[in-house]
Amino acid sequence: MVAAFLLFSVGIIVSALAVVLLKNIFRASLMLVFCFFLIAGLFASLSADFLAAIQVLIYVGAISVLIILAIMLTREITLGSLTNKLGIPALVASGFVSVSLIVTAINTDWPVSQAPPADPTTPLLANLLFSPEHFMLPLEMAAVLLLTTIIGAIILVRDK
Amino acid sequence: MGLNHYLVLSAVLFGIGLWGALSKKSAVVILMCIELMLNAAAIAMVAFSRFVAPDLLTGQVFAIFIIVVAAAEATVALAIIMSIYRSRDSIDATKIDLMKW
Repeated sequence: MVAAFLLFSVGIIVSALAVVLLKNIFRASLMLVFCFFLIAGLFASLSADFLAAIQVLIYVGAISVLIILAIMLTREITLGSLTNKLGIPALVASGFVSVSLIVTAINTDWPVSQAPPADPTTPLLANLLFSPEHFMLPLEMAAVLLLTTIIGAIILVRDK
Repeated sequence: MGLNHYLVLSAVLFGIGLWGALSKKSAVVILMCIELMLNAAAIAMVAFSRFVAPDLLTGQVFAIFIIVVAAAEATVALAIIMSIYRSRDSIDATKIDLMKW
């Protein structure tokens, strides 16, 4: 458990830093895919098995393909990953946000429960998502959102 | 491994994503960094679900909705990027200032 967390967290942070710092955009996107894989492993270590599978299917399978396709179609690879004028102020600002989040998280007394985690989680998640007294309305709104997204993307990239 | 370890990891990942999103020129790299920030939020949700209410799984449902919204956001953002690239031949976010006051 401890070894898995250390391995995944070090890998996640190193690959996320590589996404920001690498000059080659294609390599940065491959490091992003690696980071998504490690986050799926972290979900599995948090006994969220269904979510780990969803992470691999949607992030590693779909979103990374979209991003790599966009890199291929826009000649970005020839320019490299450029930084604007605000590199150092952005580092200071995001470091401040990060440190304040960490301080808040550590100083808050979370009501930690000792109950064992549900295993497997898929039937419980299905009950939550498809029962009208829980999350059925947000689920249907998510379906409408995805339909709107498809129509919007088609309209944006269609030939005039 | 307690809740705090996962929250610290999530905060660090969020900070890295925020740094990249604020400091990069290319719109595709900014989008990649926004995906990192969304993943950091999902890690925090799943950690809360595991440690605060392990039998309710509400945090995991929230993480599923985060993933759905991230997929929708990536699709529309990349369509906008393709459209801008087609009309202006560049996706440099510092040069796309048509709607700047």
